[in-house]
Amino acid sequence: MATTGGKVRGTGESGRTGAARGTGAARGTGRSRGPGKSRGRARRRGTRRYTRRDLAVLGVLLGIPLLLDLVIIWGPTLASVGLSFTRWDGITDIQWAGTDNYRALFTDYPPFWPAVRHNLLWLAFLGLIATPFGLLLAVLVDRGVRFSRFYQSTLYMPVVLSLAIVGFIAQLVFSRDQGALNTALGNPDDPVDWLGDPSLNLWMILLAAGWRHVGYVMIIYLAGLKSVDPELKEAAALDGAGERQIFFRVVFPALRPVNVVVGVITVIEGLRAFDIVYAVNKGRNGLELLSVLVTDNIVGEASRIGFGSAIATVLLVVSLGFIVTYLVQELRGERNR
Amino acid sequence: MAQSSSSESGTATGLRAGALAAHPARRRTLLRGAAGTAAAVTLPALLAACGTGPGGDGKTVSVGSNGSDATPRKAFRAAFDGFEKKSGKKVKVNTVNHEAFQENINRYLKGSPDDVFTWFAGYRMQFFAKQGLLTDISDLWKGKGFQGFSEAMRKQSTGEDGKQYFVPFYVYPWAVFYRKSVFDKHGYDIPKTLDEYRALAKRMEKDGLIPIAFGDKDGWPAMGTFDYLNMRANGYDFHLGLMRGKEAWTDKRVREVFDLWRGLMPYHHKGANGRTWQEAAQTLAGKKSGMAVFGLAQPGQQFPERDRDDLAFFPFPEIDPAVGTDAVEAPIDGFLMSRKAKNKDAATDLMKYLATPRAEAAYLATDPNNISVHDKADTGSYDQLQKDAAKLIAGAKQISQFMDRDTRPDFASTVMIQAIQRFISEPDDIDGLVKDIESQKKTIFAAG
Repeated sequence: MATTGGKVRGTGESGRTGAARGTGAARGTGRSRGPGKSRGRARRRGTRRYTRRDLAVLGVLLGIPLLLDLVIIWGPTLASVGLSFTRWDGITDIQWAGTDNYRALFTDYPPFWPAVRHNLLWLAFLGLIATPFGLLLAVLVDRGVRFSRFYQSTLYMPVVLSLAIVGFIAQLVFSRDQGALNTALGNPDDPVDWLGDPSLNLWMILLAAGWRHVGYVMIIYLAGLKSVDPELKEAAALDGAGERQIFFRVVFPALRPVNVVVGVITVIEGLRAFDIVYAVNKGRNGLELLSVLVTDNIVGEASRIGFGSAIATVLLVVSLGFIVTYLVQELRGERNR
Repeated sequence: MAQSSSSESGTATGLRAGALAAHPARRRTLLRGAAGTAAAVTLPALLAACGTGPGGDGKTVSVGSNGSDATPRKAFRAAFDGFEKKSGKKVKVNTVNHEAFQENINRYLKGSPDDVFTWFAGYRMQFFAKQGLLTDISDLWKGKGFQGFSEAMRKQSTGEDGKQYFVPFYVYPWAVFYRKSVFDKHGYDIPKTLDEYRALAKRMEKDGLIPIAFGDKDGWPAMGTFDYLNMRANGYDFHLGLMRGKEAWTDKRVREVFDLWRGLMPYHHKGANGRTWQEAAQTLAGKKSGMAVFGLAQPGQQFPERDRDDLAFFPFPEIDPAVGTDAVEAPIDGFLMSRKAKNKDAATDLMKYLATPRAEAAYLATDPNNISVHDKADTGSYDQLQKDAAKLIAGAKQISQFMDRDTRPDFASTVMIQAIQRFISEPDDIDGLVKDIESQKKTIFAAG
């Protein structure tokens, strides 16, 4: 990676940027940037620089992932969009249905709008409450409060559990008749139905999902905080900045790449949430999510594949909103840097 | 989900490229590996597309079984062992997790199913028969083939085209379960009518019991109560018409059913949507509740062996004397032969064997939570509960199969489960509820 060096950030930092930003984007932009800057030279020397063998290797190395991407990701995606305009039970012939599925979905399927609302609420909860809380814990642990290693491992523990397991744990805690919480509250005559009451259960499940998410976010931020150059903080302190100012003006901006990663993780977690509600009550009665409705309709004897695909398409559109925003920001940021 | 998998594959290729740069000598092996991976991904799909799989050897019958719990698994094995001994043929059982079996049934039948597989009577069998996925076994039912099945059993084994496809194997009735010792202690009488049922519930409440144990977290257990209220108030034919999509859910008869249920709701265990049927059954076993509407298989599993003698049931009480209590909800489990059976002769032999009282006895010896469907079955080893269950079913003029077996599975699982759970949390909005059900029903049943 070409580092301009003029910026305050150390080289180690920018190396992390590339690694953390991940994955697909880093590769693509890295490549497009090289020829972009030196297009003239590249064209002149292009034929000499790549032997036939290199081209073959490149072709295979790029071709296979591209092919896999098309077959495994774009193929099924487009197929579900296509299927969403049909009626199919998985056995008989596929029938064209036009926009019937969507009409039924928007007007005639009671769980749909609650599911959309819950998905957005899920995003908002993770993004506005759980993630900032994880950052707060990371900052506290990073500053070396007493027993910080203990806190670190305790908070990280739920992350190693799958959300389905977290769901089972939640049931042990929140079950109406036999749950630990009602026992602790000592209300056997009038127990609170934490998981059965549709006005309560979503919050309880968000709490359980947040329990895991906080640890996840904390560990990422912790790694990021460790890599912030202490000299930066010292310099800011010498300039007379207070603790809060140092954090918000110096440390937090330096964490930008980590913030992006955490943001992406949060959105992914919010949109793909499924296992925990499915483990609790199959995502019904107040715990509806788009992913659950897709499963409900497609998997099983139900097999309303067209209708389920229509829901999946809605979920795809919602996700695309976030993906496109992210990509636009990244590409723009890349150009400005 | 798409994002996460794309980023994972991105990481993988990134790593691979990194490894390449570090060890140029290994480039070729890596490339070969990559090509191999691509082939590994696509090959099975290609194979599946053209494959009929290995043919039968004439000696082995493959059976797809959903009996994944320990007890039914052992019991099925016992029944098949009898066949192996008698015929000298082998039975290869592919047991799949019960839920997963149901969830994958469409793909299973479209793909390469086993010769014979476990399934249910009623609409769910007829649906597959209509799609031409089953082998017609009417010949076995005719003449000297199957003997000892009642007319009701024959009806439940028959497709919409009038041909038989199903071998019934065992059955378990739904009823109102209670503990004899609890009834003895408080001097309760068995209620015969809904009024008596309500009065009894009121008394139980006064005695500090939860009158009716109730758990519907799984979505289906409450369907039994709906079915019984509906069949007692409106009769079996209306139940069937409603399930087949011929009657409207906005009909005043359906509203009346929900209305009756609402009247009983105060006596049901509160918070049913947060409670599994197992937890509900445990309150019955623990003498905290007085009664519960269940199928025989359910409380049977939850009662400890020594308390099993204390468990008893009575038929769901009468609502309309003109309708009476002739209909019994009694799901029948049994076997179907797939159209693509590779070894039809051996499979036919197996079906014949499974229709004998001997096979059923072998099964029930291990799994006593069901009863035999055969008139000549040996009932000598039955406990009191099984004897009562057999009597209840024998006296039934109509046998229903439970809501999710009498109607389209897509309607039951995507509409009715949610609707009944909604009714449980807000029993007062009956008009809105039935309107929602009806409009969704129209969309689903219009799909053909």
